[in-house]
Amino acid sequence: MPNASPSTAMDRASTPNLFDLAALALVIGALVAIVYGVKQTNAPLTVLNATPISLDPSHLPEYALRTTIRMLAAMAASLVFTFIYATIAARSRRAEMVLIPILDILQSVPILGFLTFTVLFFMNLFPGRVLGAELASVFAIFTSQAWNMAFSMYQSLRTVPKDLDEAARSFHLSWWRRFWRLDVPFAMPGLVWNMMMSMSGGWFFVVASEAITVGDTTVTLPGIGAYVAMAIRLQNLAAVGYAVLTMLAVIVIYDQLLFRPIVAWADKFRFEQTASAEVPTSWLLDLFRQTRFLRALALSVSKAAGSTTQIRLPVPKLPRVRLRLNIPQRVADAVWMSLVFLGAGWAGWQVVGYISSTLHWSDVFTAVIDGFFTLLRVTVLIVLASVVWVPIGVWIGLRPSIAEKVQPLAQFLAAFPANILFPAAVVLIIHFDANPNIWLSPLMILGTQWYILFNVIAGATAFPGDLKEAARTFHITGWKWWRYVILPGVFPYYITGAITASGGSWNAAIVAEVASWGDKKLTAVGLGSYIANATDAGDFHRVVLGIAVMSVFVTLFNRVLWRPLYAFAENRLSLD
Amino acid sequence: MLDVAKAAPESPLIDLKDVSRSFAKANGDKLVVLENVDLTIRPREIVGLLGRSGSGKSTMLRIIAGLVKPSSGAATCRGKPIDGPPRGVAMVFQSFALFPWLTVLENVELGLDALSVAKAEQRKRALAAIDLIGLDGFESAYPKELSGGMRQRVGFARALVVHPDLLLMDEPFSALDVLTAETLRTDIIDLWIEGRLPMKSVLMVTHNIEEAVLMCDRILVFASNPGRIASEIKVELPHPRNRLDPQFRQLVDNIYARMTQGAGSRPSTIEGIPGTGVGMVLHPISTNVLAGLIEAVAAAPFNGRADLPVLADKLQMEADELFHIAEAIQLLRFGALSEGDFLLSDAGRTFADLDTDARKKLFSQHLLTYVPIISLIRRVLDERPTHAAPAARFRNELEDYMSEDYAEQTLNTVISWARYAELFAYDEMSEMFSLENPN
Repeated sequence: MPNASPSTAMDRASTPNLFDLAALALVIGALVAIVYGVKQTNAPLTVLNATPISLDPSHLPEYALRTTIRMLAAMAASLVFTFIYATIAARSRRAEMVLIPILDILQSVPILGFLTFTVLFFMNLFPGRVLGAELASVFAIFTSQAWNMAFSMYQSLRTVPKDLDEAARSFHLSWWRRFWRLDVPFAMPGLVWNMMMSMSGGWFFVVASEAITVGDTTVTLPGIGAYVAMAIRLQNLAAVGYAVLTMLAVIVIYDQLLFRPIVAWADKFRFEQTASAEVPTSWLLDLFRQTRFLRALALSVSKAAGSTTQIRLPVPKLPRVRLRLNIPQRVADAVWMSLVFLGAGWAGWQVVGYISSTLHWSDVFTAVIDGFFTLLRVTVLIVLASVVWVPIGVWIGLRPSIAEKVQPLAQFLAAFPANILFPAAVVLIIHFDANPNIWLSPLMILGTQWYILFNVIAGATAFPGDLKEAARTFHITGWKWWRYVILPGVFPYYITGAITASGGSWNAAIVAEVASWGDKKLTAVGLGSYIANATDAGDFHRVVLGIAVMSVFVTLFNRVLWRPLYAFAENRLSLD
Repeated sequence: MLDVAKAAPESPLIDLKDVSRSFAKANGDKLVVLENVDLTIRPREIVGLLGRSGSGKSTMLRIIAGLVKPSSGAATCRGKPIDGPPRGVAMVFQSFALFPWLTVLENVELGLDALSVAKAEQRKRALAAIDLIGLDGFESAYPKELSGGMRQRVGFARALVVHPDLLLMDEPFSALDVLTAETLRTDIIDLWIEGRLPMKSVLMVTHNIEEAVLMCDRILVFASNPGRIASEIKVELPHPRNRLDPQFRQLVDNIYARMTQGAGSRPSTIEGIPGTGVGMVLHPISTNVLAGLIEAVAAAPFNGRADLPVLADKLQMEADELFHIAEAIQLLRFGALSEGDFLLSDAGRTFADLDTDARKKLFSQHLLTYVPIISLIRRVLDERPTHAAPAARFRNELEDYMSEDYAEQTLNTVISWARYAELFAYDEMSEMFSLENPN
């Protein structure tokens, strides 16, 4: 019986080899870095004021580390949230009726608008400690990551194959064991993909959340975002350049050290009974798999972790008390739904009451008009980005050798926090004295257009060879080829990319419609600048109104445009 | 007391008394899938549940497995009512139901997870089961690296490792190719007669008649709509059984005949086609397949009359598959099933000789005459000034008689048959029937 038992692996091969040394250095290095970074967060708040952000590039590695730890903390929180929220939603029908629509709306709420409240909330939770501000930042990132992960997990849980479910039940797995043996592994591929997407979005928010000004309180957390904010204030373009370079390095390292290994590892959870043609690889995972000592260590750790999933809590089996009140299910549902709607009505009433205490219908009107400006921007930008990137994406996707090189680049660009680049654009606008209402707009899509590109590339790459050949045999060329062959073929992929890009653009509006360089401030009329200005002024009533209006806009935009298009793509144009 | 003990020297493993199971339909009515079934499984026997797909035999297996609750009646396992999967009952699945992220060994050990077995003992038993079932050397492989036959062996090992009193098998060989299935069947039977399998009894669901005769001591033939046990056949041939043995063939022929006798007690039902009138459940059988079977039976050597086992063998089809097609043909009056034979009607013989256009014409006449839902749709379309009607209207009507799944399936069949017959058109986007055929 080769290698099946961890204990044999221990006996046979626990003498360290060279790979161990390299891997050990990596592990210990990461540990030291994390310990150092976490230690800083427990310092009193005055430390932040005593040691202001320095633009000296030698500080950048430390800042990058702090930023990265925030990301990791947020990801851990998102994962825990996902497990709990998705499990409850998937297991209880009544909870599902409430939780899933909430999740749907949360996805449409402009996360950056949250910052204002969360900062104050967490600062009050830990008065005078850096931890409060840190938590606020982590929470901001969390809100940008958690929802789609929870959705993905929920959908996986709902589609667990019936036979595996029956097998788990007929072999008497406890729910805890079943969760780790069936639910989590089955959800893993989708979850990992969504974690990657979340991470990409997360960098944007971590940068935006490190330097927060609420009214006259300014909190600056050491990190790349704060560094850039300082550079903007001091009009130091070189520092912005350093920050960009650092960010590039951070994303590459993060991808190589964290995500590649996870993706390569998660491949074994793919629910295909056939071996996949293309296996994702990771040099780091390979390195670890080649080590002897570390591998044995990891095995015993995973064995220990595995045995926790085997724990049978000594809960005496209670006789199941069944409340047989003989209430028909429909009546119970009606009661439940009316409770939910009562709660929702009450909450809505509170919001309206809060807003209307100082604001009038005219303010709502202003916000809605501003909303239409932002809507116009988003629409025009998505159209422009599509016109540019769809043909390019198709061209690249049909050439596998080029696609292979461009695809990671496009994914990388999507992860890059475009807000670091904003100063450069602002400098140009000021220099040419251009109209900010027009020229600030492209910033909204600067970071999100890449989703369109890499999805279209993926679609064109996946386009079946026989259809390509059929088109060529029948001499379908030119516009006909685009109209009848390739555009329908990549459309489902394009829609996925465009939905992500559009959602991201709405969020980006909050930081893109107001931009500054030193003491010069540019503003474009729109809902984003409405929220941003209200935040700056500490006008919470307007912030709430702005967020509410934007949520409505995004939700309607999704329902009226993207959902039907997505359904159409799924039903009519999917190739399988 | 003593007398009772003598009469039943060993208490039954499973006892079902008057068990029924129904599901709620869209309109609140009940769809009965299993009606008043009695079943006793005693130690040391292999019992086969033989029936058509949709005859409720899988539901019955799941009631015994504790995965489905009976709507009424009593189901007991060793005298205790079945509430949730009972201990001592293990299951082998049609689709294998292996966890793709676990190795062979881990999959097998999963079966022991819930038993309080020490880790070392777990490993020992798992290895023994793997060894027994012929998976030696594959312990650390993942299911996706294995062929179908090897995967089902893992399924068997996982079930055997718990040393069950009763092994349930849900069409365990039907997802395998012919050769692999035969090898695995023989291996299982060999282990059984050598007494090396740890379980006391086996209950297997199958729709393969020869498989049932090959493996079982007792065969329960299921009838559909609602599912119930139509007859019980004892197979007393000694193992190993030979498929070419005249007695074996005789039994197979006999069962074919019983299964084509159909519902019998339900005179209003056209044989094999559940439901009546508009509420008839139609199976999605392509017109190409219908025409193909008619042609095959019309041609030599059958010349209009075919013995079903011979026909199944020649066409390389499972009995179940063949039944569905033959019944659709019977519904359209192009042929009829009787006593294990399939005969073409005059219309069927004519159909075989016609060219495409004439076939379509004849087919459309038969559809309008013998398929009430199709004549209903056509009538509605003719009457309406717009000559169009939403599919939802007919779907709702169907759902008054059957489950949503069956309504959907029936409607899809209607669409495909009507398209072939050029009776009416259907637009998938708008979900509308209309008389406009693009010309």
